[in-house]
Amino acid sequence: MEVRVNVIEKRLRNVKRIISVASCKGGVGNSLVASSLALNLSHKGFNIGLFDLDLYGPSSHIILGVKKQNFPEEEKGIIPPKIHGINFMSIIYFTKDKPSPFRGIDISNIIIELLAITQWGPLDYLIIDMPPGIGDETLDVIRLIKKSEFLVVSTPSKVALGTVSKLLKILIELKIPIIGVIENMVITKSSFIENEIDKLDLTYLGTIYFDKNLEESIGKPDKIFKTNFMKDFDKILGEIDL
Amino acid sequence: MHEWALAESIITTAVEAAEKKKLKMISEIKISIGELQQIEQDIFEFALGEIIKSQDGKLRNVKTIIETEESTLKCKNCGNKWKFADIKKILSDDESESIHFIPEVTFVHTRCPKCGSPDFEITSGRGVSITSIKGKR
Repeated sequence: MEVRVNVIEKRLRNVKRIISVASCKGGVGNSLVASSLALNLSHKGFNIGLFDLDLYGPSSHIILGVKKQNFPEEEKGIIPPKIHGINFMSIIYFTKDKPSPFRGIDISNIIIELLAITQWGPLDYLIIDMPPGIGDETLDVIRLIKKSEFLVVSTPSKVALGTVSKLLKILIELKIPIIGVIENMVITKSSFIENEIDKLDLTYLGTIYFDKNLEESIGKPDKIFKTNFMKDFDKILGEIDL
Repeated sequence: MHEWALAESIITTAVEAAEKKKLKMISEIKISIGELQQIEQDIFEFALGEIIKSQDGKLRNVKTIIETEESTLKCKNCGNKWKFADIKKILSDDESESIHFIPEVTFVHTRCPKCGSPDFEITSGRGVSITSIKGKR
């Protein structure tokens, strides 16, 4: 009888809202949206956790500029280190940023272990940075974190939407709450993504324009706040009920 | 002391199982710990004892039996089989500690001793489970 799954709900009991930021398609700026959401809400005074669930290609630590990858402190479990005011958990503390050749069953076991031993404490929001795909990580979040809502990221590309829409359809089928879809990296505004999201009867949350200066701010959260990317994102957050 | 979190998952599961089976008292919990977890047994037993004390009378006289399941790793590339104990001595303290927290990072820090492949599987010796619960209705 596997025991670790039975304690996961207890670990998340004092988390008011859990938002999984997902895309299904790689390269659309999902991690940047997840990290920026955590930074933005933390800056507004909320108590925030950020859990990078991308076990093959974690990148939230790069965006947040995490320099030290020491083991988390232990206190009846492990305590997520505070990074720029955010309680931040990632596989990097244990992989030391080496390549991570995991197969499916191993992914599930890692997720179960991390959820069972991480003591998040009371949080207003736990933001989960989801990896691409609708495989193990997505299925495990749906199975193990019943109160998770999804915030979905796409780009204006038909190629991106072709994949993103598969995630949306499976979430709709499973009746998982979807906050809405953000259109990221927009160069020329069109109504294509908004129309497609409308057809699925979902909420199009807004547009983040491509910010050619954003790369200079990666690893420097203070600078991320000053980017056009964050200004667009903050406008979206101001219009939705988070 | 993440052993505490694992001990808590044992007791939570045992209590839930006892409620389902309508047991008024749990007399014995048999626990299997994978070798890869590298649990510090003293700490784990202490945590179990403390958590049991904090529970209601159902667990008052419970006996816990902890068994370690030996690890077996098998290479998907060359078919070689080995045990974690065979390779532990060549790991750094940080690598060993990482595997203690998250057993699956053995795929990150170790390789098949015969062919060097990272593509192997853990066929036994990971995870934490209850193998049996005894009690009275």
